[in-house]
Amino acid sequence: MQFDTWVEFVDMGGHGLYVWLSFAIAAGIIIINVMLPWINQKKLIGSLQRKFQREGDLK
Amino acid sequence: MNMQKKQLMPKWFYQMASPKWCYKITGKLLPLFSCTGLALLLLGTVWALLYAPEDYQQGNSFRIIYIHVPSAILAQSIYVTMALAGAVGIIWKMKIADMVAYACAPVGASMAFLALITGAIWGKPTWGSWWVWDARLTSMLILLFLYFGVMALYAAMGKPSRAARATAILSLVGLVNIPIIKYSVEWWNTLHQPATFSLTEKPAMPVQMWLPLLVMVLGFYCFFATAMMLRLRNEILSREKRTNWVKELVTKV
Amino acid sequence: MMRVFWAELSRDLLLAFRHKGDFLNPLIFFLMVAVLFPLGVSPAADFLAQIAPGVLWVSALLATLLSLDNLFKSDFDDGTLEQLLLSPESTYMIALAKACAHWITTGLPLALMAPLLAVMLFLPAQAIVTLVISLLIGTATLSLVGAIASALTVGLKKGGVLISLLVIPLYIPVLIFGASAVQSAVDGLPVTAYLAILGAMFALSLVLAPFAIAASLRVSVSS
Repeated sequence: MQFDTWVEFVDMGGHGLYVWLSFAIAAGIIIINVMLPWINQKKLIGSLQRKFQREGDLK
Repeated sequence: MNMQKKQLMPKWFYQMASPKWCYKITGKLLPLFSCTGLALLLLGTVWALLYAPEDYQQGNSFRIIYIHVPSAILAQSIYVTMALAGAVGIIWKMKIADMVAYACAPVGASMAFLALITGAIWGKPTWGSWWVWDARLTSMLILLFLYFGVMALYAAMGKPSRAARATAILSLVGLVNIPIIKYSVEWWNTLHQPATFSLTEKPAMPVQMWLPLLVMVLGFYCFFATAMMLRLRNEILSREKRTNWVKELVTKV
Repeated sequence: MMRVFWAELSRDLLLAFRHKGDFLNPLIFFLMVAVLFPLGVSPAADFLAQIAPGVLWVSALLATLLSLDNLFKSDFDDGTLEQLLLSPESTYMIALAKACAHWITTGLPLALMAPLLAVMLFLPAQAIVTLVISLLIGTATLSLVGAIASALTVGLKKGGVLISLLVIPLYIPVLIFGASAVQSAVDGLPVTAYLAILGAMFALSLVLAPFAIAASLRVSVSS
């Protein structure tokens, strides 16, 4: 452990803003990169299901 | 006739060319990479923030290295992956390789962006300004421009097969250029601002510092594999939507 | 092989000569951009002398960029390009001849006009020879690399801005060494190292770029 108290940990020796900002942006970018294709997949499969259903009904 | 032709590459390479097989195998690999990636990233973050010792010159702002360096490494290796996948797509006319190259571009661009923004944030406590024309940051900025070029070309080209070949050529030209750009930017940098100390070049990093870095780099690679496979699978589904296997797969669920 | 090269080159030069605008426009553009700097920044002689190497090189680069849009356009529109690619002749040589013609109609006149602008921007006299030589070698590389992007975008309706987007990152090394060569000539330092690197980049692009141009043309024509 490098830090004794929570306050020290958040403050990071005065550099807290920079460190926490960097890690937050990184987390944001990683989550966006995983969530967007995941949401798109759900949408895509949904639309394909509807499409095949329609085609099935026509037959 | 074709069967007797000697195969240049191992069997899995040719199996990979089948979208159906590729969709199946990435479906199996996906949980593996996403779970490993998540575990490594969490472990690396906790280790980096809590246990890694602080730098004697930069203090705690040094901890930004654990984001900056992995994203910079990843931005470069994703570009190489994209260009090589493009080359495979041209040489073997493999649709999957085209799709891999397509799936790489946005992930790589976001990693280059992350490396730049963390570099800028790091610059503030280290150099006292948000942006310094440091050699590494400048070449990362140019790499981001290269990604923008590839993505813009994709967006402008209509037909996927044509877009894939065009961007493959562009990214190969970019690949040849990357070392030249790096070298020239370093030359230019030493010319204009001699001996400012570089962010990441340390004489020798102790084990307690680079071990969490290694964990983060591996975690970022797993993240890339996850994001790329997710995009790839979407691309396979949307391009193969007229085939029977997609129909079976979708209606079964 | 060489016959194709000369035939294509002389045809392109003849065409460029007939349409004088094609090769006058980049020159006028070069002049105008260079004039913007004293107007926009400061007309003080010592200040201009300081920024002149960079300004001249950036202006020349932009002028080359501007002319890339038309490199293959007319041949693409009237179907000549398709015929050229269908012919049994070497596409490598055709691509090389096209890039070479582009350099003769833009890079060469730009380099020859540069001393005039150098005087207007108070570039010290000892740097003018280096400026011309670095522009001669550098613009040849710019033409070869730019032709790749031009070939990739020739089939698109809105290729203009896209070309700049694709090409500017690839132009940066040439800009760095070109401007540095002129800068060190201003400072009275040796310039051969810079010119040698510019030459090496030219040699590399001379060997590799025509392959990329030919492949890009095939993609663009195949639609």
